[in-house]
Amino acid sequence: MVDITIRKRPRTEAVVTQRKFFKKTARGKVIKVLRERYLRDDVGCGIQSCSSCESSGDQTLPFSGDLAHNSFPDGYFVLPDTNVFLSQMDLMESSLFKAPIIVLQTVMEEVRHRSIPLYNRLKTLVRTDEKPVWVFYNEYRSETAIIREDNESPNDRNDRGIRKAAEWYNTHIGLSRPIIRGQAKPKIPTVLLLTEDAANRKKAENNGIPVSSIRKYISSFPESVAAQLLDLLSSQDDNEIEPTRAGGKQAIYPEYFSESILQAGLSTGRLHKGHFNANTYNYLQGSVSVPAFPKPVLLIGRENLNRAVQGDIVVVEVFDEAKWGVEGDEVVDQEATLKNDDADSDEDEENDDITRQEAKAIRASDSAAQQREKQPTGRVVGIVKRNWRPIVCHIDATALPSTGATSSTSASTLSTQTLLAHPTSTLLPRIRIRTRQGSALVNKKILVAIDAWVPTSRYPDGHFVRVLGDVGGEDAEREGLMLEFGISYGAFGSAILGCLPPEGDSWVVPPKSDDNPVWKRREDLRDLTICSIDPPNCQDIDDALHARPLPNGNIEAGVHIADVSNFVHADTPMDTEASARGTTVYLVDKRIDMLPALLGTNLCSLRPNVERLAFSAIWELTPEAEIVNVRFTKSVIRSKAAFTYEEAQIRKDDPNRQDELTTAIRLLNTLAQKLKAARMAAGALNLASPEVKIHLDSAESSDPIDVEQKEMRETNSLVEEFMLLANISVANKIWEAFPATAVLRRHLPPPRTNFDKLKDILQKRKGMTLDVSSSGALADSLDKCVDPTEPAFNTLVRIMATRCMLSAEYFCSGSVGRDTFGHYGLASSIYTHFTSPIRRYADVLAHRQLSAAIDYTPLHASLHSKPHVERILEVVNRRHRMAQMAGRASVEYYVGLALKNRGDRQQVTEEAFVIRTFRNGLGVFVSKLGIEGLVMFKRDITQFDADNYTVTIPASSKAVPGNKDVTISVFDKVVVKIEVEKDKNTQKGKVKMTLVHPIDSRAL
Amino acid sequence: MGSRVEILNDGGFRSDGRRQYELRDITIDLSPQGVADGSAILTHGLTQVLVSVFGPREAKMRSQTMHDRANINVEVAMAAFSTGERRKRSRGDKRILEMAATIKSTFEPVVQTSLYPRSQIDIFVQVLQQDGGLLQACINATTLALANAGIPLLDFVCAVTGGVHSTSPMLDLTLLEENDIPHVTVAVMPKTDKVTLVTMETRLHVERFEEIFRLAGQAGKVIHGEIKRAIRERTERLVTSMGSSTRVHGGEDDAMNEY
Repeated sequence: MVDITIRKRPRTEAVVTQRKFFKKTARGKVIKVLRERYLRDDVGCGIQSCSSCESSGDQTLPFSGDLAHNSFPDGYFVLPDTNVFLSQMDLMESSLFKAPIIVLQTVMEEVRHRSIPLYNRLKTLVRTDEKPVWVFYNEYRSETAIIREDNESPNDRNDRGIRKAAEWYNTHIGLSRPIIRGQAKPKIPTVLLLTEDAANRKKAENNGIPVSSIRKYISSFPESVAAQLLDLLSSQDDNEIEPTRAGGKQAIYPEYFSESILQAGLSTGRLHKGHFNANTYNYLQGSVSVPAFPKPVLLIGRENLNRAVQGDIVVVEVFDEAKWGVEGDEVVDQEATLKNDDADSDEDEENDDITRQEAKAIRASDSAAQQREKQPTGRVVGIVKRNWRPIVCHIDATALPSTGATSSTSASTLSTQTLLAHPTSTLLPRIRIRTRQGSALVNKKILVAIDAWVPTSRYPDGHFVRVLGDVGGEDAEREGLMLEFGISYGAFGSAILGCLPPEGDSWVVPPKSDDNPVWKRREDLRDLTICSIDPPNCQDIDDALHARPLPNGNIEAGVHIADVSNFVHADTPMDTEASARGTTVYLVDKRIDMLPALLGTNLCSLRPNVERLAFSAIWELTPEAEIVNVRFTKSVIRSKAAFTYEEAQIRKDDPNRQDELTTAIRLLNTLAQKLKAARMAAGALNLASPEVKIHLDSAESSDPIDVEQKEMRETNSLVEEFMLLANISVANKIWEAFPATAVLRRHLPPPRTNFDKLKDILQKRKGMTLDVSSSGALADSLDKCVDPTEPAFNTLVRIMATRCMLSAEYFCSGSVGRDTFGHYGLASSIYTHFTSPIRRYADVLAHRQLSAAIDYTPLHASLHSKPHVERILEVVNRRHRMAQMAGRASVEYYVGLALKNRGDRQQVTEEAFVIRTFRNGLGVFVSKLGIEGLVMFKRDITQFDADNYTVTIPASSKAVPGNKDVTISVFDKVVVKIEVEKDKNTQKGKVKMTLVHPIDSRAL
Repeated sequence: MGSRVEILNDGGFRSDGRRQYELRDITIDLSPQGVADGSAILTHGLTQVLVSVFGPREAKMRSQTMHDRANINVEVAMAAFSTGERRKRSRGDKRILEMAATIKSTFEPVVQTSLYPRSQIDIFVQVLQQDGGLLQACINATTLALANAGIPLLDFVCAVTGGVHSTSPMLDLTLLEENDIPHVTVAVMPKTDKVTLVTMETRLHVERFEEIFRLAGQAGKVIHGEIKRAIRERTERLVTSMGSSTRVHGGEDDAMNEY
C-alpha cells in the first residue's frame, strides 16, 4: 500500500504557483495556458549528512565539498550556469574535473531546450558513479522557486533563478552546520557559481554570491592541472578575451537564413531538408538527399557547402535548372590543395591563392559537365541540427612554428598556439584548435571537438579533448576507430555486473525438479543429438542445431538459441546498457561485447557437453523441406559437439563416418539445400561483399601476417538456412501475438534510380543488361553477368549491386504498413532477428516477445509501448550501422598493416578491377585484399570520356609503350602496385596505389 | 509534445512538482448558488466545476416521469473559456452528452431514487476551467451538491484518475499528463468499497490495469476524507448559525457518520 496524500497549496502561494497566460500559436490562434506548480520543502540539497534535509541515503555530494582548490580551503561545490554546460561539456565530463557539481533543474531544462545531444550527455554525467553530481530541483523548492517578472526575458528569469539557488545553497549550508560551543568552528564550504555570462556574474557579485568564470576558476588551480584543463576549454569563450576579433574581417561564407525564413521556405517547398554527405573524393563537393528530387542535390564549392559538416541535417536551396551541374569527375584532395594554409593566416593575401586554386578545381569540373546529365544543384542556407561529435585528428608537424631552437625555455612551449587538426576521415574539414601543448601533440592521435564555425573563418573552431596515443600505435588506432563510430567500449559498471547470477562462473543449470523456477515449463532436450557449427575460435556460441527422422517419414529439425532473456531481464541496468550498446562490435583484434563476458562466452554460450538453457524452435519438415508445423519452447540442452565450418564439412564428406552426429549433419544439409533452392526460386538475392580474413600471428602480438578471402563452405549455407528459417518462423509468431509492437527487420526494395549508373556501365562496357524490376529478376540477371574469362567479374558486379541497395533495418510492426514489412534481399514477406541474442539487442527483444507469445513469461510493459520500442530500435539500428562501419574500417587498417609486413620494401602488386573513372584518376578494387583504392594521374594528359566511362592516355605521352593510345575503362582488369606510404608530416600510414599494367602511371 | 515536458523526471517529480502518488489541491465551496437546492464549486488543482442540483421536483416533461422512482437528469455545459483553445460547445455536442450520460449512470445506483416516485432530480454541471481530471471533478462535485441538497445517497461517490507512465503509476493527472499517458477514471463508494464507474479512453495494458485500478480505489478514499470534512464543516457552520435550538434534533452528526 502506497502513501497517497493530497498536496495542499496555501491560497497565499497562488501568485507563485499558478500561471495563466495566453499565447498565440504559429497559425494565429490564441490559446490559454494553465500551469501550476506545487512548492515543497522536501527537495533535498544532496549533501551527505545534511542536518536540515531529510536523508534518503542517496545523497552524492561529499560533506566537506572539494578541498583541492587553493582559493577555497574550507571546501567548495560548483554550481554551473547553463552556458557552462552548453559550451564546456568536455571539461565537465573530464575526469580531471573533480569538484562536486550541483546541477539545477533550471539548468537541465535550459540545456534540454537548447540541445538534445548535450542534454543526453548531461544526463549521463548526472548518472555517473565517478563524480559527485547532484540534481537540485530548485523550481519545486519553496525557497528557490521564482516567477518571471514583467519585462523580464525568460533568459534573465532563469539566470535569476540560478543566482537565487546559489544564494540559498550558501545560506543553507551555513544554517545546517551551526556553531556548537566547545567544538571547533565547523568548516563551511562555499558554493561557487560558475558562469560565462559577464552580466550574470556582475549581478551575482552585487548579491554577495561567490562567482567566477570558468577560465578564472581553472586558472587558479596549480599549474600542472590548470594547463591540462585549460586545453579542454572550448574556444567559444575567446570572444570574451578578444571581443573585437571578428570586427574587420570579411566573411568567407554567407550567413545562414533566419529560423523563420527556413521554416517558411520548408513549408512552401522552396527549401529542402536532408542529411549532408560530404564527397570522399572531393572536399569541395557534397550532396544532400531530399525527397523532392530523385537524385541527391549537389553542392559545389566552399560557399555553397557553407560550413556543413558530414552528418549535419541541413536546409538547402536548389538553383535554377540552368545552373545545375554534375558530380565532379576529378579527385580534389584537401591535404594537397590546402597544404600551406596556416591556421593563423586566415585572412591574408595567401588566401587569394587558395581561392584561385579552388576556383580552378571547380571550373575544371564545370567544363566537363556540359554533355552529361545534370543533377539538381544548390547551396546550404541553414543548419537544422549539427552532428558534431568528437573527431579523431592528428597535428601536422609542419604546422608548428619552428620551435626547435627556442623550445628550451618553458615559456615558449607554454604559450598558446593555433593549430590545424587534420581529421582521419577525409569527409571532415580540418579544425582549428588553440593549445598550449602544441609540440607535445605532434605525432599523436588526438580527440578534437568542434565548437563553432563562424562565417569569417575558413575552418571550424574546436578544442582539444584528449590524447589517444601515438600515431600508428595499434591501441590508439583502435580507440580512435571506436570513438569515430561512437562505440562505447568502457568496462561494464558495478551496477551492471550486479545483475549477473551471483554464482558467477560456477553457475550451472539446476538439477531437474518441478518446483525449481528455472525448470518450470522447460522442455528437457538434453538427450537430443545437438551440435553447433561456428567459425573457428568462436566463443559466443548462440545457436545449435539438431535433426532426426520421425517415424512418419518426416524430419524433425530444431534450432536452439541461447536463452539470454533468462539472464537479462527488462528494466535492469544490464538491460539498459545492452540496449544502449545495441550490438557486439567485432574488430579484427578485439571484440567489444554487448553483454558482460560471463554471459556471452560462458553462461549463455551453448558450449559442448555442458547443460545450457536454450530457446528452441522445432519444426516438423517433410523430406522436401516443407514446414508441417513449428513450435517454440524454452528448453535445456546439452550440445554434443562444437564444430567449425571446416570440421563439419569434413565430417559430412567422410563416407566412413556413420555416427549419429554425422548423419544429423547430412540430414540438415539436404534440408538446407532444399530450403535454399526454394528461397532462390522465390527471388532471394545472392549478394556479395568483399570479405577478407586477417591472419593474426598469435593471440598476444596482434601483428597481422596475411590476408585471405573468406571461404564459403556448404556448412556455412547449412547454418544460414536454418537461421533464416528460425527467424522467419519467429517473426510470424511474434507479429501474430503483438501486431502493434513486434520487433521485426525489413529490407526495403531499392529505388530504381539507384541502379541507373550500374546499369548504364554494364550496358556500355559489357553489353549486359540488369533487370531491376524485382529482387527475383535482379537475381536472375546478376547470374547472367558472367565473363567467362574472368571468374571474379561476377562477384564484382554483385558487390557493386549491393552498394546500390538500401540497408536493412529493424522496425516496430505497428509503425509501418503491412505491405512494407518485406525483406528484399531474402525475398521473405516478414523477417526478424532471433538467432544471436548474445551479440544483438534486437534478438533479445524478439526473445522476450516470443516468450510472451508462447505464454511462458508475461511481456514487460515497455514492450507494449510502441514509442518505447521505436526508440530502442532507432538506437539499435544506428549502433548496428556504426558497428559494421567500424568493423570494415578495422579490416582496412589491418590490411594496410599486413601489406606493410608482406611485400619486399613495402610494396605488393595485385590485380585489380577498375570500378570508377575520373578525369585524373581511377578508382580500383583489389578483390584479393578486399580494399578499394585510388590511382591518380597528373592532370591534362588524359582524355576523359564520361559517357563511356573511359580514360584514354594518348600515345604522345612518354609513359605509353609503343605508339598506340591506351584506353582504360570501368571493369577493366589492371595491375596495381600497392604500397603503404608514410606521409612525411603526418606519419599516417596511407595505402597508395599506382598502375603497373597496362601502363605505368608513375611516369604520368 | 512529449519531448517538451518530462512526465516524470529522474528525481521522481512530475511536471508540476508533485510526486507520483500526490493528488492536487482540492478546494470545496458549498455556499448556495442562486436558487439551486444544493450546489458545490469544486477545484482540483486548476480544474474547476460548479454543480447545481434542483429537486426532487415535479418533472417538467410528462414522458420522463417514472411511477416508482425519480428520474435523474444531468446536463453538462462547458464554458467556452474553460479550455485552452476558446471553443463554444453546443448542448448537443457528443462529448458533452457522453459525459452527462456517464455522470448519470454513475449516480443512478447511489441516489435513493425510489424515495421520490414521479419526480425528477436535475443536476447541472458547469465546467469553469479545465486542467485534466475533468470527469473526476464533475463526479466529486456532484456528490457534494447532492449531499448539499439533502438528497439521500447510499454512499459518497469519489472519483480519481490514475495513469501510468512507462511502468510507474501516478494519480490525478493534469491535462499535460492526460495528453501523454494512458489513464483510467475510477469512481468508488468508499464505505462499501464498491465501484460505480470505470472509464478509459486510452489503451492500457491489462497487467498495468489492475495496479492502477487498485491505486485509484485507494486514492478515492483519500478524496472521501476531504469531501467528508468539507460537508461536516459546512453543516457545523449551519448548525451554529441556526442557534442552539436545532441542537435538540441532534441527529445531524450521527446521520453524517452513515456516509
